[in-house]
Amino acid sequence: MTGPFRTPTGGRIDRTRPIAFTFDGRRYTGFQGDTLASALLAAGVKVVGRSFKYHRPRGLVSAGSDEPNALVTVIRDAGRTTPNLVANEVELREGLVAESQNRWPSLAFDVSAVNDLLSPIFVSGFYYKTFMWPKSFWSKVFEPVIRAAAGFGRAPTAADPDGYAQRFVHCDVLVAGGGPAGLAAALAAAESGARVILCDEGPEFGGSLLAEPAATIDSAPAAQWIAATLATLAAHPRVTLLTRTCAFGYYQDNFVALLERVTDHRAAPDPALPRECLWQVRAAQVVIAAGALERPLVFPDNDRPGVMLAGAARAWVNRWGVAAGARAVVYTASDSAYAAAHDLRSAGVEIVRILDLRPDGGPATAVARAAGLTVETGAGIDRVLGSTAVTGVVTARHRADGTTAAGETLACDLVLTSAGWTPSVHLFSQSRGRLRWDAARATFLPGTPHEAARSAGACNGTASLADCLDEGFAAGAAAARDAGHGAVAARRFAATGTAIDIGGFAGEAPHGGNRDRTRAFVDLQHDVTAKDIRLAVREGFRSIEHVKRYTTTGMATDQGKTSNINALAVAAAATGTSLPAVGLTTFRRPYTPVSFGAFAGASRGDLFDPVRRTPAHARATVAGAVFEDVGQWKRALCLPAPGESEGAAVAREVRSVRATVGLFDASTLGKIEVVGPDAATFLDRFYVNALAKLPVGRCRYVVATRDDGFVYDDGIVARLAPDRFHVTTTTGGAARVHALMEDFLQTEWPDLDVWATSITERWAVMAIQGPQARAVLAPLVEGLDLAPEAFPHMSVATCTVAGIPARLFRVSFTGELGFEVNVPADHGAALWDRLAARVAGHGGTLYGTEAMHVLRAEKGYVVVGQDTDGTLTPDDVGLGWAVGRAKADFVGKAGLARPDLAGPGRRQLVGLRVEDPEVVLVEGAQITADPAPPPGTHALGHVTSAYASPNLGRGIALAVVEDGRSRIGTIVHVPMPGGSIAATVVAPVFWDEEGRRLHA
Amino acid sequence: MILISCPWCGDRDQTEFAYGGDATVQRPAPDDADPTRWFDYVHTRDNPRGSHRELWFHAFGCRQWVEVTRDTATHAVAGAVLAGLRVGEGETP
Repeated sequence: MTGPFRTPTGGRIDRTRPIAFTFDGRRYTGFQGDTLASALLAAGVKVVGRSFKYHRPRGLVSAGSDEPNALVTVIRDAGRTTPNLVANEVELREGLVAESQNRWPSLAFDVSAVNDLLSPIFVSGFYYKTFMWPKSFWSKVFEPVIRAAAGFGRAPTAADPDGYAQRFVHCDVLVAGGGPAGLAAALAAAESGARVILCDEGPEFGGSLLAEPAATIDSAPAAQWIAATLATLAAHPRVTLLTRTCAFGYYQDNFVALLERVTDHRAAPDPALPRECLWQVRAAQVVIAAGALERPLVFPDNDRPGVMLAGAARAWVNRWGVAAGARAVVYTASDSAYAAAHDLRSAGVEIVRILDLRPDGGPATAVARAAGLTVETGAGIDRVLGSTAVTGVVTARHRADGTTAAGETLACDLVLTSAGWTPSVHLFSQSRGRLRWDAARATFLPGTPHEAARSAGACNGTASLADCLDEGFAAGAAAARDAGHGAVAARRFAATGTAIDIGGFAGEAPHGGNRDRTRAFVDLQHDVTAKDIRLAVREGFRSIEHVKRYTTTGMATDQGKTSNINALAVAAAATGTSLPAVGLTTFRRPYTPVSFGAFAGASRGDLFDPVRRTPAHARATVAGAVFEDVGQWKRALCLPAPGESEGAAVAREVRSVRATVGLFDASTLGKIEVVGPDAATFLDRFYVNALAKLPVGRCRYVVATRDDGFVYDDGIVARLAPDRFHVTTTTGGAARVHALMEDFLQTEWPDLDVWATSITERWAVMAIQGPQARAVLAPLVEGLDLAPEAFPHMSVATCTVAGIPARLFRVSFTGELGFEVNVPADHGAALWDRLAARVAGHGGTLYGTEAMHVLRAEKGYVVVGQDTDGTLTPDDVGLGWAVGRAKADFVGKAGLARPDLAGPGRRQLVGLRVEDPEVVLVEGAQITADPAPPPGTHALGHVTSAYASPNLGRGIALAVVEDGRSRIGTIVHVPMPGGSIAATVVAPVFWDEEGRRLHA
Repeated sequence: MILISCPWCGDRDQTEFAYGGDATVQRPAPDDADPTRWFDYVHTRDNPRGSHRELWFHAFGCRQWVEVTRDTATHAVAGAVLAGLRVGEGETP
């Protein structure tokens, strides 16, 4: 025995294998095959959680994933702590540690239960109505306190050490749901030879049959049929069977996401296994066999522990060998609950009375009476007695006019309710299938599908076991046929079992209580009552989507599986319309909660984004580089000597480049080789510059815009041959510039014979910059004269450098004499070694991106994306000279011709000079004319680049300022928290304005 | 998760593609002096409900721009052709 409520025999549990576990620190024992829920129920644990708002004690309601109350936290260790798990989905394993949620200090005594007494405050939208004053209290006091008091489990405190897998698969037929209809569908599809995936959220296939041992299929016990069917399916090599796998999301074009729980049920998981696996399935055809969900009746205090769904109690006794109580009152609007009454009575539970809301009961009524059960029709429950557990009910007789007459008090510890069954149309609706209203049975059913999908079984409104099997088999056969497989002979099943009542009663049941005061719960997880919904309607909310958001009904982690239809019916009654007129709220993915780990998969830590390293990365690391992320690239920010600060290193690197020479790894520059007879024509149209007549052996600094005329990227175009160009882009712009080239080549100018190939990764680039650059490089170069007149600024040539074939550019992003040596990437590290040694021999240094930035800012060279922001033209940033206005066409020509891009008021790039040389302005700081601007003052512009310049011995800044060039010599102000800083507008070039050093 | 039938590669997941905007917009002739036509080409886009011709760049595939006919209300993809060959609808390479 594992508890007072365990039946002596029966169930699918293994009574030879006891399992010890703890719940809220107390030790219990269950059996192999138990869920945490069934084991707690067997142990007599009635209260498993506290409710969201009122902290009312709550017990188990459902035996499935639709359970609204029994959310628990399962703890293996600090990182393996999972909150908000449904106790029914937690399989018992040795050493399981679970805790209840939303209570302090304990479930039995919860301080916040005082909320229940204050419930008049916590009405619909209470957070909009109360806590309004004083205003500052909301964010500082009210909200934190409310948040702490409300809510569910706590997030784990350590990083999740487990792995999560993702699989992408294709199949012919995906069957979502492994109950009778799903099994039959998979069987038919497998017989046709189709690739089939069958998944079910539970640990074993069988669905409702697992809770109905007396059912028979083709004259054999259902369990035998399941075993035989699974054996047949497992023998098909093209069938994949997935238990513990929920089809939680249905997306466009039959893309269905499945979550498989791989290790949570294992006591000692293999560390090589992922905890969960996200299956991303692209199915030719889908068969939805999701079953149906039983709906509770809504009546006063229907949330007391011990009030549960009849079908759940039946499942617990038949599948897990647990009698949920000793004395049960059954309150039903459907025949389904009678089956539970019979089965529980067989297990020794006293059925005190069956209260049937229907005036004359149903077909099962007479059968029950003949079996000796007491049935009262046209009757219900006025209220429930007891707080932490049901102690009894007060019955009510329903009159034809809707009023009730007081009945009697019945002592009981269990109340079974069933309003009827709701077909689970979640997946069908997620697939954008249109639902239809079945007026006869008052239920929504799958109508016209949007995807290649079929619904079969209870989710399609099919009630009897035989019909579900027949429909499932037919759906599986049809799906396989539509996926291109052969016909399967039709099959009919002979079966006996309980038919469920689709449809039934919806809304608040009649009772004698004050309907504005009594709390008849609709949404147990979010503590929404029928009167809350009526209040929302009274306050003017009509759309069900608004009522849902205002009351938060159906918005908890259970997505309102047990509550939505009741909520709609209450809203319909309050607005005086019908349920189909109110309409359904959207069924959202996921069907059940999915861990972030499953979505992230391997994309975390170092694998979150690809890391790109240059060929000389290891050399820079040895040299002490501090790296920064530039997009996916790791770039050396600076290379401090041992004991040197980063700031000191940058200053040293900047001085060294100006005084002697520096070596810089520029390999991350985007590089595109543009080749073909029309290459010159293409580049001439693509960039704003005139490039058609660029001579072979020459480079040009180029600016790209799109047709809007705003600066998009910049770089160098170098002509290697009449039909061959080596084009560089910014590091961050490489991919988008190449894509834009392809866009124009493929869509606008397909007549041009040009190939654009990304060669970024093919070439390593070492920049040698500084007065000694030629002296460093020349001895290594063969086949090229580096003399100024032979190889002037903006030249390009192929040659060998240090014995390596190279493309040598004479270009500069520092304002000094400079070269950029391109060699095949595999030789990058070797080239670095040779150049670094020679640079050191000339008293030079290695420098990083921060020094590069200071050097280029001293020269007023812009960085696209830092000094530009997508609203600046080439002229705005001082590059108007680059625009080949005489060209017949180029990308951006028409945009640049717009009058307002040339008129007054444009923000223009300028320099800022602050009197105090110690002051370095802050990038992004606003610029105003007024030193003490009142709020709302129009900003003239902002600081785009600001550095301490070691060469100038002062701070320098670049900025974009309205009509900036005409303001040169005037004072502007940079308001900062510590006071406004006055700055003089100056030309944006701080170093070697004549450019002599460049041409040395 | 739309399936796009790339004319080169066959049915591929939309995650392999980058959206490239309205394919019906035509760049005016270079000598077109009417600024409103250029303005419309650069800035004005319809947001139609229903069938729509649009450009997708097969960035993680053949790197071709393809012109896809997609229903914006249902996501149904009616077909795709290479953008450079958009002489008429339904043309394939």
